[in-house]
Amino acid sequence: METAKRLILSPAPHLRGRDSVERDMALVILALLFPAAGAVYFFGLYVLLMLATGVAAAVLTEVVAKRMRGRPFVMDGSAIVTGLLFVMVLPPRAPLWVVAIGAVFSIAIVKEAFGGLGCNIFNPALAGRAFVTVSFAGSLSRWIAPTTSWMADAVTTATPLGEGFAATLGQGEPYRALFLGNVGGSVGETSALLILVGGALLLAFKLIKWQVPVFYVGTVFVLSWLMGEDPVFHILAGGLMLGAFFMATDYVTTPLTTRGKIIFSVVAGVLVVLIRVLGNMPEGVAYSILVMNAFTPLIDRYVRPKVYGVAKAGRKKGVA
Amino acid sequence: MNAARVFEALGLKRRAWVHPPGRKLATAKAIEPASLPERVVLPLQQHIGSPAQAIVKSGDDVKVGQRIADPGPGFCSAAIHATVSGTVKQLPEIVNPITGSPGTAVVIESDGADAWVEFEPADPETLGPEETLTRIADAGIVGLGGAAFPTHVKLRRPPESPVHTLLVNGAECEPYITADERLMLEDADRIVRGVRILGRLLDVQRVWIGVEDNKPAAIDRMKQAVAAANLPGDVRVVAVPSQYPMGAEKTLLKAISGKEVPEGGFPTDIGVVVQNVATLAAIDDAVTLGKPLVERVVSVTGLVAEPKNVLARFGTTAAHLLDRAGGASPEADAIIFGGPMMGIAQAGLEAPIVKSTNCVLMTRADRRIERGCVRCGRCVEVCAMGLMPLMFVNHVKQGIIDGLLDYHVMSCVECGACSYGCPANIPIVSYIKLGKAELRKREAK
Repeated sequence: METAKRLILSPAPHLRGRDSVERDMALVILALLFPAAGAVYFFGLYVLLMLATGVAAAVLTEVVAKRMRGRPFVMDGSAIVTGLLFVMVLPPRAPLWVVAIGAVFSIAIVKEAFGGLGCNIFNPALAGRAFVTVSFAGSLSRWIAPTTSWMADAVTTATPLGEGFAATLGQGEPYRALFLGNVGGSVGETSALLILVGGALLLAFKLIKWQVPVFYVGTVFVLSWLMGEDPVFHILAGGLMLGAFFMATDYVTTPLTTRGKIIFSVVAGVLVVLIRVLGNMPEGVAYSILVMNAFTPLIDRYVRPKVYGVAKAGRKKGVA
Repeated sequence: MNAARVFEALGLKRRAWVHPPGRKLATAKAIEPASLPERVVLPLQQHIGSPAQAIVKSGDDVKVGQRIADPGPGFCSAAIHATVSGTVKQLPEIVNPITGSPGTAVVIESDGADAWVEFEPADPETLGPEETLTRIADAGIVGLGGAAFPTHVKLRRPPESPVHTLLVNGAECEPYITADERLMLEDADRIVRGVRILGRLLDVQRVWIGVEDNKPAAIDRMKQAVAAANLPGDVRVVAVPSQYPMGAEKTLLKAISGKEVPEGGFPTDIGVVVQNVATLAAIDDAVTLGKPLVERVVSVTGLVAEPKNVLARFGTTAAHLLDRAGGASPEADAIIFGGPMMGIAQAGLEAPIVKSTNCVLMTRADRRIERGCVRCGRCVEVCAMGLMPLMFVNHVKQGIIDGLLDYHVMSCVECGACSYGCPANIPIVSYIKLGKAELRKREAK
């Protein structure tokens, strides 16, 4: 053989698995397409405009922010995920300028200002939602009923969580409507079924741990039941399913270990019920996750795997 | 249902492993002797500990098996022997193929005669412990599984820390490498003779021979050899799961016994001595025949025309062994000594194989670019030592070296499972090595 050949010196391991950030993000986008398609079906083509605006604003903001920070822009798909998720938690007739401003805020302030993907403390989409809620409350107060025809005029309605169980779901088959998505609500949250399909995809590709949705939703079910509420209504209504599969499972802003993830999910579930039942806001999913995002570094500090060869005695009881 | 079962059900106990593709291209290839090289380059540092000290000079004539370097100062070093007969040409400074640091080597020009020194055979059953240890030390035996720890040092047990178990490591978990597997298939009796010698020397009650369950033929062959040898005590061949890094001694020990070595300690702290199968075969050669360690089985594999297992003399260049395997494929642009997970890339084809080189692997270098960590937690999940590898990267990047100890960095065995699965292509092990080196520097101050 040719001995003058140039050899490459690289550190071990010299063999790498096939996982990549791009692959992870592509799968999340694929999973999100199920609730997104459902939203277009239930709330009309305007939702498509919202999704396009959100994604475009998010990606453009990331390009600009990277340039301002002097870092290379890499199309890893994370900005698309943020853009999609942000639109998912908006009312289905939110003005496009609100969509754009919120997406810019999510990327520029919540994500890039903290150092970009992997460094942000809060879930960008949810923090963006909180931002537009306090900034443009008036523009976001219009909720519509699912349309029967794609281009029909929207009928203003109440959301199940806003008006309570009796007001919106007194007639017909309420649970079935909630499960399939035939109720008022945010863009991506109305159909539990489509979220479960997307979530199953994430589980199948091992992108998320089953413990997160199970403990989050399970805690809401049990606690709302204990507090005398209708537990089935509480797990199907609002953004709980969307949050459980797509937001409480975010790599960056939730704990690293399975134990930590379970703690995160249970406490977030408690917060959801407390906010919904005792607080003065109709919905608590976004805030429950944002609050727990803030506790994530603390959880990771104290909830660690058992190190080989180190006795368990030093561990605090109850941290499991 | 007890607490442990609940833990398991919640996914809190299970630990994921990485399963790199096996790619054992040379499994079916019988070991064949490599042709004698025209010259050998023997670095004086081929083991953990102080470098050996040359006792030959330029112009000396040597025979195969003649000692050319004594163990260096301190208790931890090993002798080195000539691997061809001929004339010592020079003692140049070369880059050590394992440490990457410069060091002295002995270059011997072969006379082509392959004239060996005379061995002094002995009956292992009549030797006392000191005699046995001396024969092992005189043969220059080091751990052939990859770490190259001087074997006689490991076997010299102080009376206050007795051992009860000999664990034989036949878990060749790195992809591509088939050297130990072939040795088990072809030379099981020799390995078992080594087991008998060590069992007697250490006075153990129990011998476990751990082989991964993806090598059923090797397991069968070892079982036959054990049954035929009629060894005293409880001797068992144990099939262990084929997971990476099963061949790391602490992982293997836990898989078989359920016990863990205390942090910072060695298996001997819990009464276990671990020896690789190839080391045991070398021990038999040394104790029974009086033959010093001058050659070993090396897999020459990867992007080569014909992957092979060759019996090669130490100091043979990679180029010489690659010729035996029909040469490297044009797309290969990296040469690794060892496996793809932990092996060391070499700067040139003239790099000589040393005692710990179980594989010469031609491959295509990984070109993916490092990204920022996305905190996916895969590295935490696959770490066999229960560490949080991403924390090491964060701490090293920020220069917070003391923080590494809080996360038990010294427990890392550098197996590379974390880097293998990282979706952001972060060379996690490199950061860890850097951090450990910084810590050692501070300690030295």
